[in-house]
Amino acid sequence: MPSEQTVPTADRGQTFLEVSGINKTYGGVHALRGVDFKIGPGEIVGIVGHNGAGKSTLMNILAGVTPRSGGDFNVERHQVTSWSPHQAQAHGLRCVFQELSLCSNLTVAENARIVHRSLVALDWRKRARSVIQRTLDEIFPGHGIPLETKVANLPIGTRQMVEIARAFSVTDKPVRCAILDEPTSALGHEATRQLLIHIRHAAGTGTACILITHRLDEIMAVCTRTIVMVDGRVVAERPTAGLTRSALVNLMGAIEAPPERRVSASPKMSSRGFVVDSAGKDATDLPIQAASGEIIGFAGLDGHGQRQRLRALFAAARRKSRKRSASSMAYVAGDRGSEGVFAVWSIAENLTIRSVRALCRHGLISIDAERQLAGTWSDKLKIKTPSIDSPIVSLSGGNQQKVLFARALASDASVILLDDPMRGVDVNTKQEVYKMLRDQAENGRCFVWYTTELEELTNCDRVYVFRECRAVVELSGEEINSSRILEASFGGGYV
Amino acid sequence: MSEPATASYSAVRRSWLRDTSQVSLPVAALLMMLAIIFWIRPSAFSYFGFTLLFKLATPLVFASLSQMLIIMLGDIDLSNGSFVGLINCVTVLYLGDWPIVAILIYLATIAVYAGFGLLIYQRQLPSIIVTLGMSFIWLGAAIILLPSPGGSAPEWLSNLMSWRSPLVPLPIWIAVLAAAAGHLVITRSSYGPVLRGAGANPRAVERAGWSLLGIRLAVYSAAGFLAAVSGLLLTGITTSGDPNIAPAYTLLGVGAVILGGGSFKGGVVSPIGTVAGALTLSLAGSLLSFLQVPPTWQIGSQGIILFLVLAGRVLISERES
Repeated sequence: MPSEQTVPTADRGQTFLEVSGINKTYGGVHALRGVDFKIGPGEIVGIVGHNGAGKSTLMNILAGVTPRSGGDFNVERHQVTSWSPHQAQAHGLRCVFQELSLCSNLTVAENARIVHRSLVALDWRKRARSVIQRTLDEIFPGHGIPLETKVANLPIGTRQMVEIARAFSVTDKPVRCAILDEPTSALGHEATRQLLIHIRHAAGTGTACILITHRLDEIMAVCTRTIVMVDGRVVAERPTAGLTRSALVNLMGAIEAPPERRVSASPKMSSRGFVVDSAGKDATDLPIQAASGEIIGFAGLDGHGQRQRLRALFAAARRKSRKRSASSMAYVAGDRGSEGVFAVWSIAENLTIRSVRALCRHGLISIDAERQLAGTWSDKLKIKTPSIDSPIVSLSGGNQQKVLFARALASDASVILLDDPMRGVDVNTKQEVYKMLRDQAENGRCFVWYTTELEELTNCDRVYVFRECRAVVELSGEEINSSRILEASFGGGYV
Repeated sequence: MSEPATASYSAVRRSWLRDTSQVSLPVAALLMMLAIIFWIRPSAFSYFGFTLLFKLATPLVFASLSQMLIIMLGDIDLSNGSFVGLINCVTVLYLGDWPIVAILIYLATIAVYAGFGLLIYQRQLPSIIVTLGMSFIWLGAAIILLPSPGGSAPEWLSNLMSWRSPLVPLPIWIAVLAAAAGHLVITRSSYGPVLRGAGANPRAVERAGWSLLGIRLAVYSAAGFLAAVSGLLLTGITTSGDPNIAPAYTLLGVGAVILGGGSFKGGVVSPIGTVAGALTLSLAGSLLSFLQVPPTWQIGSQGIILFLVLAGRVLISERES
């Protein structure tokens, strides 16, 4: 923890923003359950937590983008009932969103104009250029970003720099508070350092900052206070001074369920050889290996290359299967709507599409064989429907997902890839599917399972933890528990 | 990760070049057609010749600009042509004798037009479906008002359209002024980026504190207004009413926008390019007459010209990417 902190961490008088008991529900899902949060001028607050802990939801509510379902909201000691992005802007609250919010068809200067309502006069273009130029020079000296280029033509890192500079740029109203959601995910090393220096400098002049990041070093470097979120709740709030990385990681894992092995770990890697064997891209990237009968987990924070690796395995198997040298694979998509379900087809048609070749008699699909296969597997997975001829969209999400599982299980595939398939599925269905997976694995099938839910990984024999598009750590048997996985995901000193 | 600031100034120059090439394609096509026409018939190169060649382009220019606004938002308007037809019928029926009634009907139809724009936004409906339905509503309303073609335009309107303007013919003045006004508002003004941004990345514009509802309402109203102007000018030229006078404007307008460098994805449109595109497309018919293509082949040949010019647009954008 550097000691160049110029601002005292204690309360500097009045608070800028204070919320209490904030709730947010989407349908039946609780994204936030009673969050209290406040920030005063010159404070830098870090927010950490695993995927789905509610960090981005909290930010969207503070920014006025998402309406809250309940709770008190105070800005400069005045209670606000409705809060919109426009009001947030008017109070000097600026945001850098995780998925960037620049218009790619506009130039850098035009994007600056969009957030500055005061730039309306005839010379707005000149003023927009100068304000964004000034801020970019201040935060990222020597950036060399051309201002009259369309954002679409800029590399992603440069776009992130523009978005950050835009959030800190000032025309008529001062920036009172900046919320930065994963601002450094695409920044290079030098730009990240420059940003952290700027955040500390801005705090010195009274601008509050909320920093949401998975990179704990950044939190340790600049934040005065750190908030840990788990499952839509704030579970800890500590001054950063004196806090260590491992203490933070422990706080995140603190209320996770105690590790409970659901699988008896038995080393199954025998002489049978691997049905999946794919080398990593370099020495720091572990090879992915799996034998039949194994359940392999892909863990780590969302978007760290697990899905790409899963697809690479699938693509490689398809290439090899043309030469008939590899075991066949099936892929269970997690994004049901866009890559899983054929919405206008019946349950039976959706279930058997992977096995059409096996169902062919004399070049035509045998209706009897198709119905028999669909009937067998819809019974086995207990799909709740009056008839397998009902349209698939008549099923609940969990049951649709079961059909996708059945599609893979009914096929001849010996390796089944699961792409985070349990998102938005109810607990009972989950338990049924877990059991089905274990039974199938005992019968010699191999599963490679990417999941964003830590608990599910306890169903696995071995787990690869991904960080920055590499499989960095392999855990097996008793080593698979939330704190080990969290440690590896955040790049903690795993030994 | 490498340092991200790799965009160099050559990238700037390339992007400027692209913007100019967007407008230069329809302008080049236009000049080429004019060159062929004047080569065949040198006597057409006169004040009177230009008037005749571009007379019918004037209403299409406004219909295309109206379509351009909708395409800027990422939508498409298939009702444009029948709306122009309805305005044409209202004009011959009421504008001469009961101008107040006519103006009230114009305002009401523009309000309905904007209302459908709101419906598309709030219910998240595909604009192609809603506006297709609207096209039948406009056409039906026009047929109820004027079951068979007829009526006559108020005299001042037809006089206005045949006014001999100084220096260059009236259609050219109107096209140039419309292109300049569009360029100022959409490309140069400080609200231009907000409007174009709302088409390409509505969430970003909303997060910057703008009301998408307000933006879409304003743009749809402006589009309705421009389509109404198109109907008025068309009546001044044809001097009579016909519900089925302008169905071709819908797709010619879309063609003009795309020809002028617009993109169906929204957010990328060029008013100057659109006006040049509209002039080009309306000149294609005259060109075929000068080439003495038999009337039975003209519609098909017009399609081939449109196809060739749009293919040129695709080739250019491919080479640039």
